[in-house]
Amino acid sequence: MVKKNINYKFQKRIDNNIKIEPRDDMPEGYRAHLIRQISQHAHSEVIGMQPEANWITRAPSLRSKKILLAKVQDEAGHGLYLYSAAETLGASRSDLIKKLHLKEAKYASIFNYPALTWSDIGAIGWLVDGAAITNQVSLQKTSYGPYSRAMIKICKEESFHQRQGFEIMIKMSHGTKEQKQMAQDSLNRFWWPSLMMFGPHDSDSTRSERAINWKIKRESNDFLRQKFIDKTVPQADFLGLTIPDQKLKWNKKRNSYDFGEINWNEFWRVVNGGGPCNQKRINHHINAHKDGEWVRKALIKYSEKYVK
Amino acid sequence: MNKELFIFCLRLADNCLILAHRQSELCSKSPFLEEDIAQTNFGLDLLGQAEAIYNFAVEIEGNINTPDDLVYKRNERSFYNFILSEQPNTNFAFVVIRQYFMSVYLKIIYTTLSNIKDSKLSGISLKALKELDYQINHFELWIKRLGLGTKESKEKIQNAINELWIFTGELFERDNLDLNMEKNGYLLNSNLFYKKWINFINDIFNESNLNIPKDAYMVTGSKNGIHSEYMGFILTEMQFLQRTFPDAKW
Repeated sequence: MVKKNINYKFQKRIDNNIKIEPRDDMPEGYRAHLIRQISQHAHSEVIGMQPEANWITRAPSLRSKKILLAKVQDEAGHGLYLYSAAETLGASRSDLIKKLHLKEAKYASIFNYPALTWSDIGAIGWLVDGAAITNQVSLQKTSYGPYSRAMIKICKEESFHQRQGFEIMIKMSHGTKEQKQMAQDSLNRFWWPSLMMFGPHDSDSTRSERAINWKIKRESNDFLRQKFIDKTVPQADFLGLTIPDQKLKWNKKRNSYDFGEINWNEFWRVVNGGGPCNQKRINHHINAHKDGEWVRKALIKYSEKYVK
Repeated sequence: MNKELFIFCLRLADNCLILAHRQSELCSKSPFLEEDIAQTNFGLDLLGQAEAIYNFAVEIEGNINTPDDLVYKRNERSFYNFILSEQPNTNFAFVVIRQYFMSVYLKIIYTTLSNIKDSKLSGISLKALKELDYQINHFELWIKRLGLGTKESKEKIQNAINELWIFTGELFERDNLDLNMEKNGYLLNSNLFYKKWINFINDIFNESNLNIPKDAYMVTGSKNGIHSEYMGFILTEMQFLQRTFPDAKW
């Protein structure tokens, strides 16, 4: 009876667009959903540092090196806000990291694809951050206060990241023949995985409906995917690059682009561990964590002895 | 052009650049997330200092090269960073000690340069000094934590000190160019410089129960472009795109 009452009152607050704050009563399902989603988001930021960090030492100008280093540092900062937001729900960062290492927690599957050339760094900024922003802009209005505020801050930085990526793509696509080839090759490899970032079709997304009722999620996967495509196709035209989808066509009636079907087998295979870099990404994180264990132990010991 | 001032700037900027390279390598590999942010921040500080000094250097040279040319088109023998700066991130203790030794070095050099009149170098130095105070503070805290933390951390940091010590002799070497720079007020004389540097080291090592190794052989060569074997790999990685696609603009 009490539980039913909480749920009713809670849904009323949600329906009235009143933000939920850490000390407020909330159904356990809501709390669990948010911890899962926010920690998955935090892990994505942190794992996403790897493909880009991989290119900092090879960045081809002082300017691009500085921007990329600042960008990857931002991603670490985003990870930190998000882990903190998850902690306001009672989760602990070390538990969340343990789950990541045990492969019980997911992160954005896109980072299981390798960054092989400098123009991949452009494509990641342009397409991957572009897709992430499309999703995150809608999350600025999410119902949980700390998550929503983290998203507002993150979106500001992400739009700078997307410009960084697009700038690289402009230079590559307007550069030498080899640079242009590299740019097209990056688009070919990152286009479909970027579309997969929005998740399965609405009809196959098991948790979506509840998340939309709770206003954790504000827009559906398919809606956001379409929005991203409509925004990105003209940008590819501007770059003079060809999107690798023969079915891509402007649909006057819908005022949107029609596009081909995503390879869902590949989507599920990579989500479930079968991508080119799944193993590498997790091992990298586990190794860094292990290598740092003696440092963390020293820090704790020192604090116990000397910090009052 | 003032060739001596140009080379003096390269020596300083190359140290910042190569240290920033080593710091960048740490990105996504730190013991915890907050430390990752701190380390990349130091990398950014150093990269910014390098860029500002290269900008000044190309002006002295008469704008024949761009700062990127200086970074991407020089060969190993024309780089003048200390051999200490290029030493690898063997473990976290090596990072702390390398960066601390060099942060104190840079603080002393920038303090002198900040007093040079009518030079862009003083402005660059004043900005850099603020960044360095933060770095020194951060690394001193780590020296204390590791020196006074666990048995393992004490062993690791003492080992890093012992292994890196032989590269510190270069910090106080003076060739003719340096002596001229001393005369013009750009550099402290070697004894005074050493005294200031070792005071920092003594204070923090005493506080952290760590020892300065006995005087022994000191590695030398960087003022003439002689480096350790690590340097070739650093440049191979850093310059790979510029060298592979010489006609491309980035």
